[in-house]
Amino acid sequence: MGENTVKLKVKKKSQAGDIWRRFLKNKTAVFGLIVFSLIMLVVLLADVIVSYDSALTQNIMDRLQSPSAAHWFGTDNFGRDIFARIIHGSRNSLLVGIGAVAIGITVGGLLGSIAGFYGGKIDSVIGRIMDTIMSIPLMLLVLSLVTALGNSLINVLLAMMIANIPQYVRIVRAAILSVVGQDYIEAARACGTSNLKIIVKHVIPNAIGPIIVQATMAVGTMILNAAGISFLGMGIQPPTPEWGAMLNEGKQFMTMYPYIVVFPGIAIGLTALALNLMGDGLRDALDPKLKD
Amino acid sequence: MAELIKTVDLKKYFKLSKTEYLHAVDGVNLSIEKGRTLGVVGESGCGKSTLGRTMIGLNNATSGEIWFEGEDLLKLSASRRKAYRSKMQIIFQDPYSSLDPRMSVFQLIAEPLISNKVHKSKGELVDHVSYLMEKVGLDQRFINAYPHEMDGGRRQRVGIARALALNPEFIVCDEPVSALDVSIQAQIINLLMDMQEEMGLTYMFITHDLSVVRHMSDEIMVMYLGQCVEKAPAAELFRNPLHPYTKALLAAIPQPVIGEKMNKEIIRGEVSDPINPAPGCRFASRCKHCCPQCTQADVPLKKVENAHEVACVLYK
Amino acid sequence: MDHTTENMIENTEKILEVENLTAVYNTDAGVVHAVNGVSFSINKKETIGLVGETGAGKTTTALAIMQLLPERTGEVKSGSIRYRGDELLTKNKAEMRLIRGACISMIFQDPMTALNPLMTVGEQIYESLAIHNSNKTQKELEPRVDELLELVGIPARRKINYPHEFSGGMKQRIVIAIALACEPLLLIADEPTTALDVTIQAQVLNLMDELKQKLSTSMIMITHDLGVVAQTCDKVAVMYAGEIVEYGMLEEIFDPKRPHHPYTIGLFNAIPSLTGESRRLKPIDGLMPDPANLPEGCRFHPRCQECMERCKSGEIYQYENGTHKIKCNLMRKGENDGRAD
Repeated sequence: MGENTVKLKVKKKSQAGDIWRRFLKNKTAVFGLIVFSLIMLVVLLADVIVSYDSALTQNIMDRLQSPSAAHWFGTDNFGRDIFARIIHGSRNSLLVGIGAVAIGITVGGLLGSIAGFYGGKIDSVIGRIMDTIMSIPLMLLVLSLVTALGNSLINVLLAMMIANIPQYVRIVRAAILSVVGQDYIEAARACGTSNLKIIVKHVIPNAIGPIIVQATMAVGTMILNAAGISFLGMGIQPPTPEWGAMLNEGKQFMTMYPYIVVFPGIAIGLTALALNLMGDGLRDALDPKLKD
Repeated sequence: MAELIKTVDLKKYFKLSKTEYLHAVDGVNLSIEKGRTLGVVGESGCGKSTLGRTMIGLNNATSGEIWFEGEDLLKLSASRRKAYRSKMQIIFQDPYSSLDPRMSVFQLIAEPLISNKVHKSKGELVDHVSYLMEKVGLDQRFINAYPHEMDGGRRQRVGIARALALNPEFIVCDEPVSALDVSIQAQIINLLMDMQEEMGLTYMFITHDLSVVRHMSDEIMVMYLGQCVEKAPAAELFRNPLHPYTKALLAAIPQPVIGEKMNKEIIRGEVSDPINPAPGCRFASRCKHCCPQCTQADVPLKKVENAHEVACVLYK
Repeated sequence: MDHTTENMIENTEKILEVENLTAVYNTDAGVVHAVNGVSFSINKKETIGLVGETGAGKTTTALAIMQLLPERTGEVKSGSIRYRGDELLTKNKAEMRLIRGACISMIFQDPMTALNPLMTVGEQIYESLAIHNSNKTQKELEPRVDELLELVGIPARRKINYPHEFSGGMKQRIVIAIALACEPLLLIADEPTTALDVTIQAQVLNLMDELKQKLSTSMIMITHDLGVVAQTCDKVAVMYAGEIVEYGMLEEIFDPKRPHHPYTIGLFNAIPSLTGESRRLKPIDGLMPDPANLPEGCRFHPRCQECMERCKSGEIYQYENGTHKIKCNLMRKGENDGRAD
């Protein structure tokens, strides 16, 4: 092989490209990506699509209307246009949902990695603290935290994040543990790779699969949890449009007037679905074993 | 020839609970001359892998000395010790689990080079990787392949290329062919021996397979429950095994020759764990020659002939 | 069981005949031809060794006999498997279940995973007895459980222990006890000692040999270790890429003066010798072929040093000399007789 002077092609840099190519081969994942892009577009262009005022303007005469040319998704019990509220609610909902998950996973991931990688006493200490947090019911924990910190969107986010950390610590720790026991970690150590590099290059890429899936599934739950909290009078308050809150407020009219919950429900579901499909696709694309 | 690596009373205990210690390696003395191979044999749980890993610093030794090129590694500061790390490498048993499934062959072989900042430019790195691949007989077309796309033999070649990348002097081969098929096993054994000749490598060859160890080694050390029970030049050990355990081990190998039906000296019982072991010979409970003397005090390794050492009260 | 009544035909009775067995796995990546026209037979009290490397089709052959191929992917394409003259391939699931355990049973490579960790070993042996002795109560079967444990060299009082309380070698003995619970006429052992240490392997092989004598069981020994074959088998089938390339009595296969298939020769040469002094091993070049894409002609030809043009396609010559069969063009009308290095 040596005498043969064919220039070696090393695909090292294009690993991201490889992942992207594998992702594109997965049709459902691409579908998820398209849907999610559309949702993000709505978030960015909300004001262009429909004015914020129309999401707040109450019109008692037009209350509880079915979808029509004037109100595409109908109106709610205050006569507000549901379409406009869903468009403008996207910002708050996505902020709460994705924000809580993103921060939760960062902090939880970090703690979980430390616990899993180093083990021993650090692991026990982190584990006990997380168990303590987990033993408090979610709503109770969030409510007491918001009460203590003061009622604002940021604080609700913070509270939900704290409530969620243990869950991520557990998942990340388990994922890391399954990787740390592998021979290739020891092999990397044997050839002089530093701990930090081992975590970044070996542990995280091999452990990330279940974490991504868990995270994407959690976004929908987070949006609904935020709604529960706003129902209790904290966090996002009416009349600010938010999908979860719309779902909550609409509950009492649901039997006679389903549109009031159907559309926000679809919005939440679609977001969760899109993220989930993307997450699944991303997990598979990251695994070279599943290529082609 | 000068010795390259030597251990003095090397011990590695694992703490199981407040009072229980697993004596995985319990007072091993060995020395390997440059360019030679020491075979370490024993059954699972005898501490042979732990010994290898402790010697190259993957485990922290509990006590003892490891002399390498005239320095006691265990007394060096962490940073100076790191400098010796690249001179001591390991080839793992299982080429399936010892390669990161998410890395390509290039990334895998380049890892030790990158981690030790051997090269400044990408071009040099690529050249070096392809040089190593050629050296271990790995076709260049595999440079972008992932481990799962290759068979066990090729994966083990990647493992060997990684171990050779930093031009080591001492390599611990931890059962490098046990997971491979016979025909592939022979390819890898030949490769390891070629590399040794070419690069003047010193091997510690750990295995449970006596025919492989005989083929590879200059000297063989038999381990039982963390201790060396017998040490002799390879041919001598097979010609004249002294320790009852060595005898039993040799008798237990099924030979691919007919007529020599299963024999004779099958030892009873099984290997236990050396948790807080009592003094005395650790093989005593399975040994048919066991006498009170065996369990009174530890039985040290004694020189019987020139280079033949055995730890047994039968030989004085 | 009715062994004793058959003394007259004892050693010639064919317990199992496998003829032209072809089995495939239908996977996403294509059809994997795992077993391609395998034929062999086992007489009473006989042990046949299936030898070969990973991917040779040894385990698939065993699973096909037990009809335990994975339901969705595995499939027996053609051939016949007769247990004492009775065709197994046409049997339905319920009938097969009666045969498994009572007539043919199997032990697997890894004793660590073959036992249920939540049941005592006594219960597990009892369970396999109870399946085929539904008319008996637990009390009646209890002495048999003790007997089986003692048979494999484990004190009966230990039946109340759980699998984790035993060592690897003892677990494999228990697995053997379970397999022998109903005194099957045929025992299939799939690499029974590969996961064990040499001294323990010697114990287990010895035990299996003793039991075979005592219970007059026939056995299929699947292994990659020619040493184990030499110690335990009467007949040997050397498998390569789903075919039997050489078949014969143990003495024939292990006799270096006889002609052999190049693959068999390669296998012997690849083992480092315990006595000889050669410094270099002679490996077989190349790799096992991809079973989804087998080479034309002789499956071994890409790796064979004696490969001729006619080996690359078409039918391969089948050499027969009494019980010794070799599938190789080199054997054609004795033109290469006696060549064996």
